[in-house]
Amino acid sequence: MTILLKTVDLRKQFGETRACDGVNFVVHKGEFLSLVGSNGAGKTSLVNLISAHLTPDSGQILFEDKDITFMTVSERIKAGIARSFQIVNLFDGLTVFDNIALSIFSRDGKAGKIISLAEHDDDVRRETLEVLGQFGLSDKTAVLAGGLAQGERKLLDVAVAYALRPKLLFLDEPTSGVSTHEKAQIMDTVSSVVRAGTVTAVVIEHDMDVVFRYSDRIVMMHEGAFLADGTPDQIKMNKDVANILLGVPLSV
Amino acid sequence: MRWLRERSKVQLAAVAAAVLLLLALLPPFIGVYQTQLLTYGLIAAIAALGFNLLLGYTGLLSFGHSAFFGIGAYTVAFLARDAGIHSMELYILLGLPISALLSALFGYISVRHTRIFFGILTLALSQVLYSLAYKLFWVTGGSDGLRVPRPTLLAGLVSFSGPGSFLRFVNSYYYYVLAVFAVCVVVMWVIVHSPFGKALQAIRDNEVRAAFLGLRISRFRWVAFLISGTFTSLAGILWVPLNGLTTPEILYWPFSGEIVFTALLGGFRNFSGPIVGGIVFTYLKTYAVATTEYWQLLLGVVLVMLILVLPTGIVGAVSRLADRLKAKGKS
Repeated sequence: MTILLKTVDLRKQFGETRACDGVNFVVHKGEFLSLVGSNGAGKTSLVNLISAHLTPDSGQILFEDKDITFMTVSERIKAGIARSFQIVNLFDGLTVFDNIALSIFSRDGKAGKIISLAEHDDDVRRETLEVLGQFGLSDKTAVLAGGLAQGERKLLDVAVAYALRPKLLFLDEPTSGVSTHEKAQIMDTVSSVVRAGTVTAVVIEHDMDVVFRYSDRIVMMHEGAFLADGTPDQIKMNKDVANILLGVPLSV
Repeated sequence: MRWLRERSKVQLAAVAAAVLLLLALLPPFIGVYQTQLLTYGLIAAIAALGFNLLLGYTGLLSFGHSAFFGIGAYTVAFLARDAGIHSMELYILLGLPISALLSALFGYISVRHTRIFFGILTLALSQVLYSLAYKLFWVTGGSDGLRVPRPTLLAGLVSFSGPGSFLRFVNSYYYYVLAVFAVCVVVMWVIVHSPFGKALQAIRDNEVRAAFLGLRISRFRWVAFLISGTFTSLAGILWVPLNGLTTPEILYWPFSGEIVFTALLGGFRNFSGPIVGGIVFTYLKTYAVATTEYWQLLLGVVLVMLILVLPTGIVGAVSRLADRLKAKGKS
């Protein structure tokens, strides 16, 4: 399998807390990978480091064999890395349509256009409607993002990141705070775009039913380091993982 | 959906054309004083329109927009006094690039910060200009200011001298300002509905997420600042021939406060809010000054009431009322 992203001995420390303790993380092209672990395990920190939301203390981040450790956020997005956030992060004063359209304008380098009406760009409009259709939001185009229900907000949040058409998409707890029905809808959508072969997804998730159902591979983090890495079946059989999930001390 | 969009655009254009026609027909019915006052109102609307690109669309509250108004006005005064230029078109053509350059410089310094720090920086920069205008009296005329004679309009085709020239100037200048105002409204409407305008609104709503779409936040804010400052400067350029004199007062911070007041009065979350605010504020201030020596107190009370009762401004309140009536009609 082709390696899309690789971190080498990545470290980040906040005071005494080691958020990333020499992490060697590998993501293969086209896989649906879940990053699991208890709160404070370092999952979000790892994603923050890869997406340039945080700067590492040491280590290296390679994306498609290119060193991106010191690239800015916009350079990493251009390279093909996008993310969503743990807490829904939308443009509440813009319509659902404009939230997606802006992603596309930005991706195509058209966001700086001043003397032309946004709605007159037929290519962007067509693609925006297509993305909204994929995420089941076609009937909400004219609604302000701030007026959506929680489940719809989560979907839109993922759709905004997806509309950048990244090679690697990080989703930080995309199903937190939504109903079981909406969880399935979100994960089915994400999974279908991954299966279509257009994007590789890394999902931070706490709901283990969701993780086992959708993931090709699962990586478990604990205290800033990797505890386990394997297929859903391998992870299910892993005693340390079970202990952590049940709150029992490690065997080693 | 496209048909609906086109229909609403046609409706909008029809309303704008009707308002423009009404404004064009007014002067013979309202007399010279009211025409002059309305001209001041349209100029204030242009300044507020520019200011609101920062406040309403980018989420940056500038307390220093008097600087740009003053830059426009003093540029015209210098061109008239030192270069002997008396053409309104030359004032605009030469004044705008100078204003844009200074707006770009002030913006470069200010947009690295947001919230209170941005506000204080813009305030400080405008105060620097105020001090310079006040102290460098051999250049700026100090507190006496600089006089600006009536310019010619339309490349010298319309000039004003001899008996009755004041009345002719007020009438002609009203239509001149109205035409510039119409162009400014269209240009600003296009800007806020462009991809750039949408990006500004996204940055206003959620800076972090906007950065994670690949938008370069500082650059977008800087361009918004440049456009905003230039629009407000244009208002200053148009204002000084009508006023006939520019003094350091228009660079002083209370004048920046008046621009903020204007946007609040009309409603800074609506495109037309600053336009309505500019015109209403001009009348409000003029009549308050004429009515009582405590006019500042009166304006203060209006501001407090506005924030408490109409936080979305006049246009926001009217549009909410219209929505309610529409909903009631449906039910």
